[in-house]
Amino acid sequence: MEMTNGQFFVTTIDKFVRWAQKSSIWPLTFGLACCAIEMMNLVGPRYDAARFGSEVMRASPRQADLMIVSGRLSLKMVPVIQQVYQQMPEPKWVIAMGACASSGGIFDNYAIVQGVDRVLPVDVYVPGCPPTPDAVLHAIMKLKESIAQGRAKGGVMAREA
Amino acid sequence: MKPEALTEALVEKFGDQVAPLETPFEIPQYRVEPRALVDVATYLKEVGFEMLLDVGGVDYYPRSPRFEVVYHFLDMKNRRRVRLRCSPPDERPEVPSLAAIWPAADPAEREVYDLFGVVFTGHPNLTRILMPYDWEGHPLRKDYPLRGPREKLEARFAAEKNRFHAPKLAGER
Repeated sequence: MEMTNGQFFVTTIDKFVRWAQKSSIWPLTFGLACCAIEMMNLVGPRYDAARFGSEVMRASPRQADLMIVSGRLSLKMVPVIQQVYQQMPEPKWVIAMGACASSGGIFDNYAIVQGVDRVLPVDVYVPGCPPTPDAVLHAIMKLKESIAQGRAKGGVMAREA
Repeated sequence: MKPEALTEALVEKFGDQVAPLETPFEIPQYRVEPRALVDVATYLKEVGFEMLLDVGGVDYYPRSPRFEVVYHFLDMKNRRRVRLRCSPPDERPEVPSLAAIWPAADPAEREVYDLFGVVFTGHPNLTRILMPYDWEGHPLRKDYPLRGPREKLEARFAAEKNRFHAPKLAGER
C-alpha cells in the first residue's frame, strides 16, 4: 500500500482483500485433547490473541475462519472434523497444533490418525507437546504473513485457482 | 451378611457353578460359570448388591480360556462389594447379558464387545461403542496388531486425498 499526500491509499483489490482476511482471523473452538488447554490461554489476558485480531473463539464453524486442531485426532472423529471443516465459510485455514495433530505424536497406534494432514489441508504446523501459547501465536503470525503474500489461499477456494 | 456368609450362601445355592477365589484386595471374588451368571447376578441383587459398578474385559492370551469378563457390584446400604469373574469358552466367547437386570450394563457390555469381541447374548443393542461402526477386529485383544490396519488406512486417506486440498497446478510436482 502506498500513501499519497496523506490523503488516501492506492492499492489493488487483491491486496486489500488479503489485508482484510489476515487482520481478523477468528479461530474455531475445537479442542480435541490436552493441547486445547494451552489454546484456551490464547484469548486470556496473558497472551491475548486480540492483539492480532484473533480475539473471538467462535463456537459455530459458520462464523470461524481458522481451525486450530489442538490434540490427537481419533479415527472416529474424522467424519466429524471433516463436516465441521466443510461447514466453515471460505476462506478458511487450518493450524495443526502440537505433535499429535502434526504427526500422531506418541500415539503410534490403531486409533489415532497419524497427522491431520491426512484428512485436512494444513497451513501451519506447530511442534511441541503441548506447544506454548506463544508458539501458537507465532503460527498465527506466520499464517497472517502467508495470507498477506497470497500463499495460503484458504480452503476450497484454492481449488478454483 | 459377612463375606463368609455370602460365600456359603452362594455355594449352597449354586453348587460348583460358583467358586470363591483368592481375595487380594478385600473384595470377595467368585468365578462363575457363564450359564449361571444371570441367576447369580439376580441373587446378588436380591441380597442387596443394587449397583453394578463396571463390566470389564480381560484377555489372558495365550492362556485358555483366554477371555474373562469381570463384574463389580456394590451394596450401598451395607457398604460391601463383590466381584464376579466369568470365563466364556474360547471357541464361542459368549456371556449372557445383564442389561435386563441392570440397565447400566448396557454400555459397559457394548464396550467389552467392541474391544474384546465377547458376545453378550440377549443384549438389546450389541453394537460398537468406541470404534467406528465399520471397524474390523477387536483392538484390545492381545493378538491384535498395535498399529491396526495402518497400510489400509493410509491407502484410504491417500485415495481421498484430498477432497479439500487444492489440485496441482500445471508444472507443479
